[in-house]
Amino acid sequence: MEKRVTFRGWLLPLVLIAPQVVISLVFFFYPAGQAIWQSLFIPDPFGLSSQYVGLGNFEFLLNDKFYRAAFGTTAIFSILVTLCSMIPALFLAVIADRLIKGSGVYRTMLIWPYAVAPAVAGVLWLFMFNTRVGVISWYLGQLGYDWNHVLNGGEAMGLVVVASAWGRISYNFLFFFAALQAVPRSVIEAAAIDGARFWRRFWTIVLPLLSPTTFFLLVVNVVYSFFETFGVIHTITGGGPQQSTTILVYKVFSDGFVGQDLGSSSAQSVILLVVVGLLTIIQFKFIEKRVHY
Amino acid sequence: MAREVHGMVEKRGSGLWLTHVFMILGVMVIFFPIWLAFVASSVTQPEIVRPPMPLWPGDQLWENYSKALFSGVNVPVGTMLFNSLVMAIGIAVGKIIISLLSAFAIVYFRFPGRNFFFWMIFLTLMLPVEVRIVPTFEVVAGFGMLNSYGGLIFPLIASATATFLFRQFFLTIPDELAEAARVDGARPMRFFWDIVVPMSRTNVAALFVILFIYGWNQYLWPLLITTDPEMNTIVMGIKQMFPSGDDVADWPVIMATSILAMIPPVIVVVSMQRLFIRGLVDSEK
Repeated sequence: MEKRVTFRGWLLPLVLIAPQVVISLVFFFYPAGQAIWQSLFIPDPFGLSSQYVGLGNFEFLLNDKFYRAAFGTTAIFSILVTLCSMIPALFLAVIADRLIKGSGVYRTMLIWPYAVAPAVAGVLWLFMFNTRVGVISWYLGQLGYDWNHVLNGGEAMGLVVVASAWGRISYNFLFFFAALQAVPRSVIEAAAIDGARFWRRFWTIVLPLLSPTTFFLLVVNVVYSFFETFGVIHTITGGGPQQSTTILVYKVFSDGFVGQDLGSSSAQSVILLVVVGLLTIIQFKFIEKRVHY
Repeated sequence: MAREVHGMVEKRGSGLWLTHVFMILGVMVIFFPIWLAFVASSVTQPEIVRPPMPLWPGDQLWENYSKALFSGVNVPVGTMLFNSLVMAIGIAVGKIIISLLSAFAIVYFRFPGRNFFFWMIFLTLMLPVEVRIVPTFEVVAGFGMLNSYGGLIFPLIASATATFLFRQFFLTIPDELAEAARVDGARPMRFFWDIVVPMSRTNVAALFVILFIYGWNQYLWPLLITTDPEMNTIVMGIKQMFPSGDDVADWPVIMATSILAMIPPVIVVVSMQRLFIRGLVDSEK
């Protein structure tokens, strides 16, 4: 779509667009170019010179068992976060949708966690499950379950998943609730007159109508768990124990800043770049469809 | 008839109560971590380190919060709150200004390189800061912007999302308005200030809510570029309050800080709920 009526001149628009273009060049394109460039080199241990290795860094990464493990961890982590945030959100939205009055109050309460930063959410959940002072870990201990996410990789994964999914429940709830409110009442009432009970109506009418929202949230939540959960992992586990919660973004950070392995970290950035690109394309393909829908 | 059907669809009577019970249970579960943090910020350290800690607030609120705000652990939390506020507002306002300007240029002008710039801005959608941290860090360090507000704000300011949002909106402004402005001999910037900006008010407000929270909740970027505790933001500063090694963390103060870290974004979200939901839906489209 284009405007029919436009203003003349070429200098003014260039001046207007300049701030955004300059910032994009300096802080987006140049660093991204640097990442691609550095990914082709291995710096010597003193950082004085570097040696061109072509795709050597990538080759090394793809054969590295730790990097492959991080891929697997990221896959498991993002699937779990997506499920743990979408299913409770859908459940709450369905209940809230059945209320004529009062859903506004619940909605206000349920929005809160969205405003809590992932890193702060990490601290809150760490506090509840802390091995020394945690309330939940203490009660689990009373029930005979010895909770220790510092040593047990599975428990560590469970904890970062729940802490990451928690704030997303609010987000998903808002979208599901809006979508449910948009389902035409007449369709549901017609089904009710025909004798369809609640769960039958839900499975055969409501859920199919929610599918565009569901798919949208699926993509958005996967993107979230890939890139925005760094704070949760850094505050709760620091990637441990034994790298069991090291997701790809965390590895870029720990190899690049903690390990100072710039070549490998840059190559990992480039791989992530490809992943983001693919996810963005999926998202846009879907949005095109939704416009036609 | 209509009422009976309604009865089948929306719950009444005992079913209604059950629905409320489910809802309240859900809210309680979701809310529990925040409640517990609040309780922890109102009791003494010994009450916490001898589990189980109480589940009802104590009387140490003032002590813990004033200790956090005015002395903190590495740096007073008041300082961190101020840094966060500058960063969040800087990012929100900066993004809105540059996006308004560039969207205006793209929609209302035909100039050489227009398509090229449009795609360039579009591509930045695909580059979250997490992906390009090492080189971006080097750029910022090269400019001498470590430990500065500029370093906190600028790298996060270019936003394709906001530009697209404004572009979509500008396209819906009736052509007659621009036509009339041109006939009256109004300069483009006059049209921008008198017509476009006032018409975009709601969009700007909705976007502000979303961007403020985005800026406030940043973690990795401030963690990298603020080595000086005086420049820490509150969200990244909490982690720095945990002692290294085996010392016991000062939980009441840490939890008071966590609560302080969530108050501003919660106030923004809850008080501007309608704008917030609108901004959320708009910025994801």
